Amino acid sequence: MRRKTIAQLLLLAFFYANHSFDVPGQARTASSDEVLIRNATVLTVTRGTLPNTDVLIRKGKIAGVGKNLKASAGARTIDGTGKFVLPGIIDCHSHSMLDDINEGSLAVTSMVRVGDALNPNDPDLYRGLAGGTTTLNLLHGSANPIGGLNTVVKIKYGRPVEEFIFPGARPGIKFALGENVKRSSVPALPGIPRRYPATRMGVEETIREAFTKARDYKKGWDEYRTGSGRDKNMLPPRRDLQLEPLVEILEDKRYVHAHSYRADEIYMLIRLADEFGFKIKTFQHVLEGYKVAKEIARHGAGASTFADFWGYKIEAYDAIPHNAAIMTRAGVVVSMNSDSDERARRLNIEAAKAMRYGDLTEEEALKLITINPAIQLGIQDRVGSIEVGKDADLAIWNGHPFSVYSRVDTTFVDGEVLFDRQQDMARRLEMEKERATLEQAEANRPPAGGASPLAPRRRRPADADDEMWNGDHDHP
Amino acid sequence: MRTSWTNRLDRLTIKSTLAALSAREPSLTVGLLHRLALGHRLPGSILLVLTLVVTTLAQVGIPTTETAVLPPRGTFVIRNAHIVPVTSPDIENGTIVIRDGKIVALGASVTVPAGAQAIDARGLYVYPGMIDAGTAMGLVEIGQGASGTVDIAELGDLNPHAKAIVSLNPHSAHIAVTRVDGVTSVLSLPSGGLISGQAALVNLLGSTPNEMAVVPLAALVINYPRLGGRGGDFGGTQQPANLTEVLATNERQVEQIRKMLRDAEAYGRAQDAYAKDKSLPRPDQNIVLESLVPYVRGERLVVFRADREAEIRGAIRFAEEMKLKPIILGGDEAWKMAAFLKEKNVPVILTGILSLPSREDDAYDTLYEAAGKLQQAGVRFCISTGNSGSAVRNLPFYAGMAGAFGLARTEALKSVTIYPAQILNVADRMGSLEVGKIANVVVTDGDILETRTHVRRLFIDGREVPLSSRHTNLYDAFKNRR
Repeated sequence: MRRKTIAQLLLLAFFYANHSFDVPGQARTASSDEVLIRNATVLTVTRGTLPNTDVLIRKGKIAGVGKNLKASAGARTIDGTGKFVLPGIIDCHSHSMLDDINEGSLAVTSMVRVGDALNPNDPDLYRGLAGGTTTLNLLHGSANPIGGLNTVVKIKYGRPVEEFIFPGARPGIKFALGENVKRSSVPALPGIPRRYPATRMGVEETIREAFTKARDYKKGWDEYRTGSGRDKNMLPPRRDLQLEPLVEILEDKRYVHAHSYRADEIYMLIRLADEFGFKIKTFQHVLEGYKVAKEIARHGAGASTFADFWGYKIEAYDAIPHNAAIMTRAGVVVSMNSDSDERARRLNIEAAKAMRYGDLTEEEALKLITINPAIQLGIQDRVGSIEVGKDADLAIWNGHPFSVYSRVDTTFVDGEVLFDRQQDMARRLEMEKERATLEQAEANRPPAGGASPLAPRRRRPADADDEMWNGDHDHP
Repeated sequence: MRTSWTNRLDRLTIKSTLAALSAREPSLTVGLLHRLALGHRLPGSILLVLTLVVTTLAQVGIPTTETAVLPPRGTFVIRNAHIVPVTSPDIENGTIVIRDGKIVALGASVTVPAGAQAIDARGLYVYPGMIDAGTAMGLVEIGQGASGTVDIAELGDLNPHAKAIVSLNPHSAHIAVTRVDGVTSVLSLPSGGLISGQAALVNLLGSTPNEMAVVPLAALVINYPRLGGRGGDFGGTQQPANLTEVLATNERQVEQIRKMLRDAEAYGRAQDAYAKDKSLPRPDQNIVLESLVPYVRGERLVVFRADREAEIRGAIRFAEEMKLKPIILGGDEAWKMAAFLKEKNVPVILTGILSLPSREDDAYDTLYEAAGKLQQAGVRFCISTGNSGSAVRNLPFYAGMAGAFGLARTEALKSVTIYPAQILNVADRMGSLEVGKIANVVVTDGDILETRTHVRRLFIDGREVPLSSRHTNLYDAFKNRR
């Protein structure tokens, strides 16, 4: 009981301390405000790198990119001399904000939505903003061949959860192949039957069966829609929430993001999708994508991968850090994702690794975390580059974002400052005082001079794609 | 006379061909084969078959065997380079000479021995190889789903006799993958239990553990017991029902370690007494206690895994009581007690630079800044990935991130070169470019800590190591598939 009070108080303190808007005396940048960033190096991504250039932000949008731009009186001006402006980083594979990640009880769970379990107060969101990341593709876990529906969010940290939802992002769904869906690492418990499928053959059959049903279901609705005009007594088919999203895939209204590792399973899903006449929008992880790069390109799928994460399980043993480069050269739209709240803070470094391994150009490497993931999520008209008319989602870096010595000064989402290093540092003393006060409170004193109570810890693993996965597993 | 000379040349060529083959350098191998074939006027068809076989072998490769035959220790002269010795000022347009495994000269103008293999490094940089003092290199190949490849933690709580050097796999794919990014030496530590075993300091080159070893038994590894257990990421730490119980469990675990170390002291005394006076009753041999004797006598280092303030303090007090030579491994909260660490002169191997802060209300850069804070407080420290093997190649980026948050760049470089060498008591042999040191030398096209930099040449123990690995082999095999 007593412990609970401490945890609640600490949490409360944290909310107050981290919500810039709730801190007294902290000016909030309203989205209608104007901000002029002067004389920075602007990495537009789609229109080259512009030295000594201004960026004008107005009403949450990028209103100007050029030399000697004029802002209205009263606009905030930031001296960007020696600094770099990069579009907000887009992470095409995240489980941040999710209180639940896997509905693992069935092989097909297309009826569940991760959007029903969002936590907008996760401090890792703020840490992501501090690394220049502004948009996340929140995906269901990889426990099933056909998993739950995704949600694309902007990190509007401190805002109500509804405001996180990326307007107009194409809805998507998680598929998964290989070891996780086979439940290879789930220990067999006596008396509990294993979940089908247990082989890659069964995975193919599971997806095939689901789409066969979906095709019939769609046929029923198509017949109803054409027939009900003539026959007023015709009954509509019974709604099936599991099959509806699959019909949307067949109608090209929903993107498939397919967790995959081995070349054979990637190839399998391409053939299956071709047969049923739908597209895989992205292969996720796709660590052996380099072995079937031309097949991925021919299908028109994107690929969202890790920079150099490998060897943590058998199906990741052939992963190579040149994967992004090979797929890019084969014509695949490639992005670099985190699948981890930790890596989401430094995707700039992960993208730069594609220049170290495989020798992508700087422009190609920049696209891996900006316009390419935007394309993969259908939001490329809104974000992913510094262009007039696009959302003012961007970060000011104190050096080139590909340098390991660089860090973010300020991050804007829809023109609003949601991370600012100076403000963050200025708040720290205040937070420390608040923590000290709370710790001194009578209710929080440890009994008889014992150890301090334990602070609340994270509720879910930072590396969450594998529900089996303990975040510590990689430590020696 | 002439025949024997030709034969010798042939033998040499065959040897080099094998070396090139084992190093998976198809073009070099094929070239050498051509030289052989020309010498013996082999028919073109045989040459073609040989070439095909070699190329195929080289491309398919053997998954985990990276080095079969050690490249020779030659005499190498790297010229016109920007040399970064780490422990002395940079040398523009410098020369460095490697012979018989050692650095024998470096400077702006040095005498070059006859017959040296010259390397023009115009526009390139020369650094000492980086050292990661917190890995489990060679003890784990694939962590999940392949338990047969995992040799990191013995059963039970007290395993001082478990030696990393015994099961360190020199042919692990992680080794070549790591070294081609400029990390040339690692401390490989067992884990688990209370006393995990003994760590080995190795160079990342060799066909047997002992060919790799710099210090085969470098440190004892103790997991200093954590209050309330290990905690963990899921669902929060189990809130203990009773704080007294938690403290009692903790004290019981510390007492287990204490008792074993005391037993080892007694064992050592008994053995010494018997060695001096054979008329005494002969004490039984006990290989478990025997392995602890050099540590309890303060002759070797003891690494304590401890992240939180309470455990770090506990470990240091315990080491003081037992007269051990402690090093803290982990050290996430070491910055909070820098004055104490400085006063006790206990060094820290920081492994958490790129971990998420453990408390929800920690500043976002708490761990990025930890190294800078320790440095400013005068605490001895170095930076490690804390990774078992596959991600050890990221060591430069751990140091670089600390460099972005308060640690001077020169210090960031030291934190992965000379500082780990000093902490492991091998600074007389490695960690910088100095005459007499082991020739672990990395030639790069830029700042060794930067992401976009490429390693161009690599020398370990004075041997030039091909820049190939499981990853470059797979890249070469698939990059031209159209």
